[in-house]
Amino acid sequence: MQRECKSVRTAYGNTLVELGKKNKDIVVLDADLSCSTQTQLFAKEFPNRFFNAGIAEQDLMTTAAGLACTGKIPFVSTFSMFATGRAWEQIRNTICYSNLNVKIAATHGGITVGEDGASHQALEDISLMRSIPNMIVIVPADATETKQAVEFAAEHNGPVFIRIARTNLPDIFNDNDYKFNINKAITIKEGTDISIITNGETLVEAIDCAKMLEEKGINAEIINVPTVKPIDSETIINTAKKTKNVVTVENHSIIGGLGSSVCEILSENYPAKVTRIGINDKFGQSGKAKELMDYYGLSAKKLYERILGILK
Amino acid sequence: MLKQISESEIEQIKKNSKKLRKNVLMMIHNAKSGHPGGSLSCIDILNVLFTQCMKYYPECEKNPDYKSRDRFILSKGHASAALYAVMALSGFIKEEELMTFRLLGSKLQGHPSNTRLKGIEVSTGSLGQGLSIACGMALGLRLDNINSKVFVYMGDGEIEEGSVWEAAMNASHNKLNNLIAFVDNNNLQIDGDIEKVKGVGSIKAKFDAFGWNTKEIDGHNITEIYNAIEEGKNSDKPFVIIAHTIKGKGVSFMENNAGWHGKAPNDEQLQEALKELE
Repeated sequence: MQRECKSVRTAYGNTLVELGKKNKDIVVLDADLSCSTQTQLFAKEFPNRFFNAGIAEQDLMTTAAGLACTGKIPFVSTFSMFATGRAWEQIRNTICYSNLNVKIAATHGGITVGEDGASHQALEDISLMRSIPNMIVIVPADATETKQAVEFAAEHNGPVFIRIARTNLPDIFNDNDYKFNINKAITIKEGTDISIITNGETLVEAIDCAKMLEEKGINAEIINVPTVKPIDSETIINTAKKTKNVVTVENHSIIGGLGSSVCEILSENYPAKVTRIGINDKFGQSGKAKELMDYYGLSAKKLYERILGILK
Repeated sequence: MLKQISESEIEQIKKNSKKLRKNVLMMIHNAKSGHPGGSLSCIDILNVLFTQCMKYYPECEKNPDYKSRDRFILSKGHASAALYAVMALSGFIKEEELMTFRLLGSKLQGHPSNTRLKGIEVSTGSLGQGLSIACGMALGLRLDNINSKVFVYMGDGEIEEGSVWEAAMNASHNKLNNLIAFVDNNNLQIDGDIEKVKGVGSIKAKFDAFGWNTKEIDGHNITEIYNAIEEGKNSDKPFVIIAHTIKGKGVSFMENNAGWHGKAPNDEQLQEALKELE
């Protein structure tokens, strides 16, 4: 399905600029990727409040920690691989253990990094971030949800991780009537036959998949879980009770991310069959984002085929 | 001309250093764990820094001038016993609290924790992170036009961590002349002589090359310590004090012995050490 798509990263950069105008304590750090992450928009507007750490992600993260110690609200951006991988221990031991007010807005998470291939495709970032105490983990699905998640992060006192989609995405939400709530998952579509629990770049695929399923007379419920931690257990348990058949879909390894989170909640509260759809404990490869989504079974069409198989 | 430290002040500092060393040993003995070697090597510097050179407010946020305090980061967090002892001397902690060091529920964690103990700026313990934190603090203070200094204390083994050199580049690139670093150059790390484990070479030449001002001192000479810190406060670049120290300083059987990096003295060893520190 063809739709007009928006740059989520530009939405991120613009939101930073707006926040920067309102609050002089907002500062932004990057590691030589400001044109990719779009923190350059903030850098142009507020050059004195932008710090480029160069290609030094450990220094990037702990410098942000130091700025937070002096009352600043640092937003730190780079590719998710390097933010959450290279600098994991800085995030764990300095930012989260000290409970510092650092916001990590990482771009280029997941398989949709595309042509750069496996070395740059962070498929473990959600897993790495959600296992750290004090960390909030948000995976927005479009430009509006990204904007509101970034606004939330600026207001919240404590560490936040936001995975900013690399790909351009169609608008799912409207800024006038959508209200991001850190404690809430959102029922995008009610259904009775199967629950599709997802977030981020795969939400639009799930929506398209549900339309295809509907043509076959299958009524899928779609739950968007923008906040992986803290997770809205109630909504997840309720949908499982309703459909008794749960599928999780994520642009991430099936180990440790949204699928694992859903399994943890359901196994303890309402054991139900869960099928985790994501990258199946593999490294990615080069290709166009759309091709990769299809190859790894995350496109609407592949989801549709997989779900038909599950319901057989 | 910088202010000179007087003979009577030096006498008092030396007296305090002895007491601090005793407290460190009693704390580690009581906990039956801790790091005496690297704590004793930094006592004299921390003592001079806190009692003579740093601006701080033990009542923390309750003081209206709290924002303008100087910052201290113990990057070699395993020397926590030394920091706590100095913080007790400086009014942050009650002296009797020292004996809770490393015990369950204590504010005095094995490595410093800011969420447990007021006055600790940031949690440390994992080596190689303090210098970057200091850079961030120095940048933040400069943005707010706060004329405070950021002090960060590293070990010489610690600078084997690559992140230290990322931060060293950061400090000079951003011209952080409000940043003063110490390297506790006691020449020993857990597995033995630094030069045998992983030769760090000339620490001075390295920091010179990274665009810092450098000063080498005897880290147990009170006058040299004081003068170096005061010089650092007026530096036009980030400033590093490379302090030649003795691991285990003050206790003969601990001095220059890597075996005392992370081992508590038993009852007899404690008594012997305390006697030496009379």
